[in-house]
Amino acid sequence: MGTNESLLSVRDLVVKFNLRGQVLTAIRGASLDLYEGQTLAIVGESGSGKSVFTKSFLGMLDQNGWVDSGSILFEGVELSRYKSQEEWRAVRGKKIAMVFQDPMTALNPLKTIGKQIEEVLELHHGLKGLHAAKAAAEMLGRVGISDPEARAKQYPHEFSGGMRQRVVIAIAMACKPRILICDEPTTALDVTIQAQILDLIRALQKDFGFTTIYITHDLGVVANVADRVAVMYAGQIVEQGLVEEIFYDPRHPYTWALLSSLPQLGVKHEPLYAIKGTPPNLFKPIKGDAFAPRNPKALKIDFEEEPPEFFVSPTHSARTWLLDPQAPKLEPPAAIRALRAAYERSEA
Amino acid sequence: MSDWNESEPLLKLDGLRVEFGASKKKRFAAVKGASFEIMRGETFGLVGESGSGKTTIGRAIVRINEATSGRILYKGRQINGRISKELDREVVQKIQMIFQDPMASLNERAKVDYIVSEGLYNINGFSSEEERKAKVEKALLEVGLLPEFASRFPHEFSGGQRQRIGIARALIMEPELLVADEPISALDVSIRAQVLNLLAELQKRKGLTYLFIAHDLSVVRFITDRIAVIHKGDIVELAQTEELFRRPLHPYTKALLSAIPLPDPRLEKKKRIVIYDPSCHRYDERGPSWREAAPGHFVLADDRELAAYRDEIARADAAEGV
Ligand SMILES: Nc1ncnc2c1ncn2[C@@H]1O[C@H](COP(=O)(O)OP(=O)(O)OP(=O)(O)O)[C@@H](O)[C@H]1O
Ligand SMILES: Nc1ncnc2c1ncn2[C@@H]1O[C@H](COP(=O)(O)OP(=O)(O)OP(=O)(O)O)[C@@H](O)[C@H]1O
Ligand SMILES: [Mg+2]
Ligand SMILES: [Mg+2]
Repeated sequence: MGTNESLLSVRDLVVKFNLRGQVLTAIRGASLDLYEGQTLAIVGESGSGKSVFTKSFLGMLDQNGWVDSGSILFEGVELSRYKSQEEWRAVRGKKIAMVFQDPMTALNPLKTIGKQIEEVLELHHGLKGLHAAKAAAEMLGRVGISDPEARAKQYPHEFSGGMRQRVVIAIAMACKPRILICDEPTTALDVTIQAQILDLIRALQKDFGFTTIYITHDLGVVANVADRVAVMYAGQIVEQGLVEEIFYDPRHPYTWALLSSLPQLGVKHEPLYAIKGTPPNLFKPIKGDAFAPRNPKALKIDFEEEPPEFFVSPTHSARTWLLDPQAPKLEPPAAIRALRAAYERSEA
Repeated sequence: MSDWNESEPLLKLDGLRVEFGASKKKRFAAVKGASFEIMRGETFGLVGESGSGKTTIGRAIVRINEATSGRILYKGRQINGRISKELDREVVQKIQMIFQDPMASLNERAKVDYIVSEGLYNINGFSSEEERKAKVEKALLEVGLLPEFASRFPHEFSGGQRQRIGIARALIMEPELLVADEPISALDVSIRAQVLNLLAELQKRKGLTYLFIAHDLSVVRFITDRIAVIHKGDIVELAQTEELFRRPLHPYTKALLSAIPLPDPRLEKKKRIVIYDPSCHRYDERGPSWREAAPGHFVLADDRELAAYRDEIARADAAEGV
């Protein structure tokens, strides 16, 4: 499962955007450690900051965005101080690579698949001509594309969605990165293909020894791939821990809500748990716990003061006042208790 | 009116085939011969991988896609091909579709007011402007949106709200059958539950019948009464939802079930995915046909497979002590 060495260490990161003269705070003080060889999943609803957070590790924030404060330490280097594209080029693609949700936008429709992989090999490893072509075909074969020599001569539109995603992964792997960030890599695919892509990434991870971050809102994917899980809400990591801790012993009301709304945990012919309301406006300062207005069981203090990070175990923490020694004891919802009970039965 | 009665299917597909492509060489069948019946008040699921023909079937039922052959019957009357003006109007009103992508399916330049009532214009569904406005207001309230929203444009709404607008525009027609094409796939996790709950509640209140199309079996299991599984244009299996999950027969169904994401790390990490290889069937020139392996449980199989499936069922029953 890898060592306990933190490969990437993010502390109190704040990322802001300027939007027509107004400032939006997309990441509001997020901290995270990524451990060598482990797979981390980041979950949370749309707009919670998953993509912005991870893009800041590669200097890929949009023009109107910046790291306002906080630290991103990677291999002993403070990435948050990087200014020029020159500096980022040594990291982006080479040491930290990213795979996006829609493989079509990541590929150039006018160039053959083989050519696109060769370019990366040339840029990062100085391979040329036949050597590059051979290595590109090898890479395609490695990600499970049959007849790779012939396939390399084809264009992206001649590939199915699942095959295109394999190609994008091949391109990301071509530079042998230390960290692979997969931003919703399987959302556009159906379950069978999705499962195959997840298996593929796992196999590659074993062979190449990189560390993976998955961004997803599918908790089934999280359960499958993750060693650790970080739950994001309104630009903060509200809970993080080992995958078993998050699924069988979640502590933050938002994590409860997220799990409870899954149809897999629902009871047929009864309404599913649905999270009410909308996420907070990130243009305005947020008072207290950002999830409080949508939490039917919110405490008074949730509306007044921002909760600190409380530790449940050395690996598990959550930012909720429920973990304060003075807080009333609150039972998690039925779906969560059922998940835990099934787990305990299987352990016994 | 017809002499249809409640014990007969509300909708029946009989060997529906849909082909695309103008020239003979390019012709290809997206749906190769689909047969199933949907009873009134039922939620019928249609699942299969991307490109298997699910949307094509839905679109054939609302007659956007033309059936190449086969029959579609609504309350016992054929509705594909040439039909009378009255029947056409009845079907335009009574069968509605909710589309896969709430971001792309709404006319960006029209206000919600027009989008929601568009269908009414085609069936002379109102006698005065007041009546139309009242109907829009009622439909918006029914899907949990505020009547004030009528004067806004689609881009001012979130994904979940846009899907509600899509549902409102179907409801205003007072349909009996709703074809819901992946109504929640494009939505964020936090709003999926809302839309599923809304569909369930509307069904209870209005006695609606649903054809629910999806590729996510976990959602389908939660909401449907029966499920048909489609693979590359062929329906390969059909059964009551729990029956299908308890004892899937066709290897493709087994593959689909094995891939369902489970929100439980212990189970998910033990999960073994079955990959479907169509060459496993070894059919002779007669090929497979549509058979009833157990009461209400249909499967595409040849004689040899059918015998094996019946064996499988008998063994499963014995093991469960039925
Ligand atoms: N270039 C930008 N300008 C202004 N705001 C932005 C920009 N990029 C992102 N944001 C805002 O930052 C917040 C976080 O966005 P982000 O894309 O990280 O969300 P996400 O969690 O990845 O969501 P999704 O699941 O939809 O991909 C959102 O409120 C978004 O609108
Ligand atoms: N108008 C059309 N012209 C030509 N081919 C079409 C047309 N509509 C659909 N097809 C083809 O028919 C097949 C079935 O498509 P369909 O959209 O019904 O699949 P689906 O099961 O709904 O897939 P998804 O899960 O991706 O929505 C596909 O191969 C598709 O490319
Ligand atoms: Mg994102
Ligand atoms: Mg479709």
